Amino acid sequence: MTVGTAHLSWLPEAPADFTRRLKDLDRAAPDFGAALQRLAAARLNLNQATSLGRRIEARLADKGKLDPFPSLKLAILSNGTITLAAGGIQAAALRHGVATQVRCAEYELATHVALAGDPEISAFAPDLVLLALDHRGLPFDRMVAGEPVKPIVEEVIGHLRMLQDGVKRNFGVPVVFQTLATPPAALFGNFDIRLGGTWRSVISALNAAIVDLAVVEGGYLLDVSGLVERVGSENWFDEPQWLAHKVPFQLDMAPAYADYVGRLLGAVRGRSRKCLVLDLDNTLWGGAIGDEGLSGIVLGQGSADGEAFLAVQKMALALRERGVALAVCSKNDDANARQPFRSHPDMLLKEEHISVFQANWVDKATNLEAIAKTLNIGLDALVFLDDNPAERGHVRMALPMVAIPEVGADPSTYAWTIQAAGYFDAVVFSAEDKRRADQYAAEAQRVAVMSQAREMGDYLSELAMVIHFAPFDPVGRSRIAQLINKSNQFNLTSRRYTEAQVAALEGDTALYTMQVRLRDRFGDSGMIGVIVARPSDHAGEPAFDIDSWLMSCRVLGRKVEAAMLSELVEAARASGARWLIGRYLPTPKNGMVRDHYAKLGFTLAEELPSGECVWQLDLTLFSAEELPMAVERVMKAAA
Amino acid sequence: MSETDIIARMLPVFQEVFDDDSLTITPSMSSEDIEDWDSLSNVRLIIAVERAFGVRIKASEVAQLDNVGSLADLVAQKLAAGTKA
Repeated sequence: MTVGTAHLSWLPEAPADFTRRLKDLDRAAPDFGAALQRLAAARLNLNQATSLGRRIEARLADKGKLDPFPSLKLAILSNGTITLAAGGIQAAALRHGVATQVRCAEYELATHVALAGDPEISAFAPDLVLLALDHRGLPFDRMVAGEPVKPIVEEVIGHLRMLQDGVKRNFGVPVVFQTLATPPAALFGNFDIRLGGTWRSVISALNAAIVDLAVVEGGYLLDVSGLVERVGSENWFDEPQWLAHKVPFQLDMAPAYADYVGRLLGAVRGRSRKCLVLDLDNTLWGGAIGDEGLSGIVLGQGSADGEAFLAVQKMALALRERGVALAVCSKNDDANARQPFRSHPDMLLKEEHISVFQANWVDKATNLEAIAKTLNIGLDALVFLDDNPAERGHVRMALPMVAIPEVGADPSTYAWTIQAAGYFDAVVFSAEDKRRADQYAAEAQRVAVMSQAREMGDYLSELAMVIHFAPFDPVGRSRIAQLINKSNQFNLTSRRYTEAQVAALEGDTALYTMQVRLRDRFGDSGMIGVIVARPSDHAGEPAFDIDSWLMSCRVLGRKVEAAMLSELVEAARASGARWLIGRYLPTPKNGMVRDHYAKLGFTLAEELPSGECVWQLDLTLFSAEELPMAVERVMKAAA
Repeated sequence: MSETDIIARMLPVFQEVFDDDSLTITPSMSSEDIEDWDSLSNVRLIIAVERAFGVRIKASEVAQLDNVGSLADLVAQKLAAGTKA
């Protein structure tokens, strides 16, 4: 996926069966509006958006509202065939929380409707009128290269003011002015910008005057010029389509234009988002703080990733200064998670900037609910930035009203993504807005959440996970050694082996070794678990003793432990063992696996004075639980 | 690609543009036969067809089309010309 505003690359891909899903929606269901918004939140092409817009139109024409969204009626006066984008605007507006009806008047009719009124538009009773005019619909005919800019600007502004006055007189509502995109035309080239009477000089002065006009007259502004600077005027203007059908811009750009209108309508209706929730590991810094420690995480000048994470923090701080609350939602121990905020020299974000700080091992949807509740805002006011596609998928499924941008693994796009997606658009900015973030009561507070609050079963089966077991091998060796040496939290014995020692384990036929990989429909997590076990005896009976068991914290709560246990039990049984023996050796960092063996059905055999706990599992009694994943396995080659 | 193949590949495009997944198309069908086929949806249709087949259709060519079959033939010509070039 190309990153960019033209593609709305932060939106999740539309489902392959979009048309079917749209058709199957139950219009009578109380959650019809929410279900429509769920579809509108995806990256739709113009045809899909048009189909969705038709459903919104039909509902609003029939019932007058689409719960739970506020409604808005938008009339568009355009010098092009803007009707082609109408459905896209309706879909985008719903994405931004507003149920919108659209009526268009086009070509010469636009001026006529503004000045003389129109019974059809009057009957429609718009709340807003968008003047969707470009340079081909405004009086530039007296523009001459080398002549002063000012008279042309005054003439165009006079025309726009006249249209606005007409709209106010005939419909009694405010207008939305558009800034103008500069057409990709040049008379000289480099010289155009310094010469009056060229597109470059006139439109640059005109846009400043349009902003003044909107401020003085109390109109809204749709910054088309800003949009086209992002996507490029040569991609924006499409001369063949303009000449053939008066299509005002390349139709591929319609979803981006529509989203700009949608976010403005969202802001007009007070539906802009209010809080940015941040994941920590690999979102605010590189690496896992629980595993790498303060000195191991990547943050700060000197590396591309470190600077990218700094940029994310800088962006978050800038948003906070304009009144957006910040919160943290991360799978970590609370103490570990707070450490960088307190003592990492390169952290720009401090605890005092974070209104709610949720670092624990409960699922993220539950934590997001706690954050919204604490701030006393709706879930639809949250934006959640998380690098992990599986977490994003889970939260989207559980809480579709939370905005969750799609981001890749490269942190250099994160700051851009949050700023490009238009979550926090506004139509006013006051001194009070500046103070708002401070007003979100208690700072860096932590809210209790019910553990296991959410039904995970459905989610896990929808993930379509595939777990892959193999004995240690040369291909996996360096990653195995890395996991063995870096995993601090989910690590039962914290025994460290060098890469050479891992190679020796591979060749040891008496040992049982397991490397575990996991993938699902959101991506491949790679190698995420390791077990080393050796045959032994327990009270005179054959046993399997687990030397090492460790896992990446990223896959917690996915039943990976249970799957690893089943696999291990089969191997132990095949070797004739009666018992499986596990040990927990406490360290300052592995408190989260204190009850690991108890949760898997082991019983405590012995607790040593050192704190070491020995757990036993009777293999004659053990029955494996059903797993929400497919299993692939490579068997150890016969020695 | 034959006209039949092209029409088969056009079907999902028509279904999406006209928002009707039970729609079927034949060579002799024209805008008279599909309720929502007006000049506006025709612009979306032509652009969607261009994208589906990787061809560019000129406005003057659009003006000469009179049914699904002639659109398919035009696409076939363009595909053939593209392969030769």
